[in-house]
Amino acid sequence: MTESGYFSFRPSKTLQFLIAGLLLLSITACSAKPSEESGSAAVTASSVQTEKEPITIEYWQYEFPAKVELINTLIQEFETEHPNIKVKQTNFPYDQYNQKVATLVPAGKGPDVINLYYGWLPKYVQSGYLQPLPESSFPGIAEAFFPFVDTAKLNGSYYALPTGVRTLGLFYNKDLFTKAGLDPEKPPTTWEELVSDAKALTETDKNGQLVTEGFAWEPGSQLHHWFRDGLLYQAGGKDTSEDRRKILWNDTPAGLEAFKYLVDFATVHKVGINGFYTDDANAFKTGHAAINVDGSYRLGSIKKDTPDLNFAVAPLPGYKGKSTQASFWANAIPANVTGEKLEAATAFLQFLISKGVQEQWVEKVGELPAQKEVALQDKYVNDPLLGPFISQLNDANAHFFIDETQERTLFVNAVDEVLLNHVPEEQAFNDLVAKTQKLYDDYWAKQDKKK
Amino acid sequence: MRTTGVIPSRPKRRLWFGSGIGRLNYRHKQRLFIYGGLLIPLLYFVVIRILPILYSFNVSFREWGMLSPDKPFVGFDNYATLLSDSLFLKSLVNTGIYVVVGVPAQLIAGLIVALLLQQVVKLRGLFRTAYFIPYVTSVVAVSWIFRWLLMKNGIVNALFIELGLGPQSFLYSPSQAIFWIIAVMVWQNIGFQMLIFLAGLQNIPKLYYEAAAIDGATGWQRFVHITIPLLNPVMLLSVVMASIGFLQSFTQVLNMTGGGPLDSTISVVLHIYNLAFKSFDMGLASAATVILFVIIFMLTLVQLKVLGSRFQQE
Repeated sequence: MTESGYFSFRPSKTLQFLIAGLLLLSITACSAKPSEESGSAAVTASSVQTEKEPITIEYWQYEFPAKVELINTLIQEFETEHPNIKVKQTNFPYDQYNQKVATLVPAGKGPDVINLYYGWLPKYVQSGYLQPLPESSFPGIAEAFFPFVDTAKLNGSYYALPTGVRTLGLFYNKDLFTKAGLDPEKPPTTWEELVSDAKALTETDKNGQLVTEGFAWEPGSQLHHWFRDGLLYQAGGKDTSEDRRKILWNDTPAGLEAFKYLVDFATVHKVGINGFYTDDANAFKTGHAAINVDGSYRLGSIKKDTPDLNFAVAPLPGYKGKSTQASFWANAIPANVTGEKLEAATAFLQFLISKGVQEQWVEKVGELPAQKEVALQDKYVNDPLLGPFISQLNDANAHFFIDETQERTLFVNAVDEVLLNHVPEEQAFNDLVAKTQKLYDDYWAKQDKKK
Repeated sequence: MRTTGVIPSRPKRRLWFGSGIGRLNYRHKQRLFIYGGLLIPLLYFVVIRILPILYSFNVSFREWGMLSPDKPFVGFDNYATLLSDSLFLKSLVNTGIYVVVGVPAQLIAGLIVALLLQQVVKLRGLFRTAYFIPYVTSVVAVSWIFRWLLMKNGIVNALFIELGLGPQSFLYSPSQAIFWIIAVMVWQNIGFQMLIFLAGLQNIPKLYYEAAAIDGATGWQRFVHITIPLLNPVMLLSVVMASIGFLQSFTQVLNMTGGGPLDSTISVVLHIYNLAFKSFDMGLASAATVILFVIIFMLTLVQLKVLGSRFQQE
């Protein structure tokens, strides 16, 4: 409601009166808070000068109970180490997160350290919400962290750093392996083995209806990530160009090969279907799917929902190379944080990525350490459930997102075109690349216009 | 809010501002109470509903990236983008299907249940409750239960196979999915519809039916010439409410198919939701909201005009 007036019509007398009244009301309602705010700010500012009161910084993350609880304990730990800093944690529901940030930060109520999904970073950075992390306080990131942390490097600087990370792995049901006459200690390690095992594990009834999925097949869940960061690289392809402007999926035959490999599970091998027991995670947890490609975060929900499930985890099967997908929530510092607050925020961020915190993060939250030194300790590498995920961290890619929902929908639709409309795979794939490229082109055109 | 006494021609009015409330007579106090009482909900309504609507008009003319600090005015750009966006057009067509199929289905189903219930003497309350319960059940829960029932290896498909009809794709079929969602929406709304029709039916004087029976009218004739015309005001209400309901289809779609397969079930409101809270493009989302608002507004006006005039004639 700034410059161009949108009340260009001439309202009648009564309406004018009503509008005037409403405006008055809204003005009084709005003005009440900022005046309070500025008052209290003035008080703290003056008291800092006199007797060095502790600085309070605010940490924002979304509502995920394990993370919220752990951060609360960590804050206590941090405050004993830094008696002159106080940290206040604020949480928002996941689906309101961006909305809250967008409305509260411009109002001067923003956080001093903020937790963001890595896929949102380009949007945040381009809108000028974040400042690059001070290099002097965070040296040697490239060496200390696993390669996927590169995604947080924009315009040549790191804008955010993760505490923990998730990767994709192969979950498999040991009981179903034994039942199908397969060795439960020998999960598939190659593309071919995955197909033959999945076939052996699939069970249908007399009507030809699936009873057990050999391979849980849900493109809308994790399979689109598996394609982009797993299969594509394994077949020798690449996701995007260095400047993240061009989709390279069909630059080599690898892309189509990976796409076909994925779709064939449903169309040719018929080992899994969309929506079996509502979705892949559910089918796997209830013992109706033998193999599932899923993230390390699933370990926690299996432990909670189906603690008796006899399952194991293996690295994703490889082909010409190895690769898996990584994704993470990272901590960043908003652009408007300066002076003493910036120092305090930097200290807190350093604390959040410290070895001790990362170790607690694995144990309490279940996300893997993002730093090599922490992750590659024997106790994690040799852990039967964490080990397979950790062993893949070096080959993990975190792809760049323009718009996660749209990109996923495009992928799911391409697969559905083959499945439901019997469009040839090659055509569906080329359409997918073209549509995804258009999404990227539109995005970059807008960005270039802004510059 | 002071008038500063510019209108001297009506001195009585001065009572409102000039003298204390205590000196008002009883009728004035009564009026003050009534209008005061009405004003509070009105203010609430204006602040919560009307102002955001006006504000979204403003947003719809801007490039309103959720996170960007500047929101430049772009005129009708957002509208142009939407109207050339095949997905938005698809969502408009789908929403049309929701309304055109859903509204009559809901009305007919509700009327049938209401008529049957009227005949029931024993356990009337029980039946009414049974039909009404779905309406007060959480939409999300209902959506998920049906998603479970309608999955490929679900109970409904087992029944279909048993009956020799062969397995169906249900929610995974681009041609079927939308109708299954409509079916669930209708099922859930039958209770409400039934209740409105029951109230309407009870308002029809028995006398008419008795007179018609004496004249030798059959049951069907009585239904067509007495029940239907006299239910008209109730139907008008139902059609308007059901149309608005189906135009705003969202929760069931989001939870049952998420708009798929191949965008065959995506509704305008789901599209708006995706634009706003997934792509964070508030400008586009607001423009879509304004378009939907205009459609609902126009459609309701037309319905009131057409159906309402028929009611007045009869």
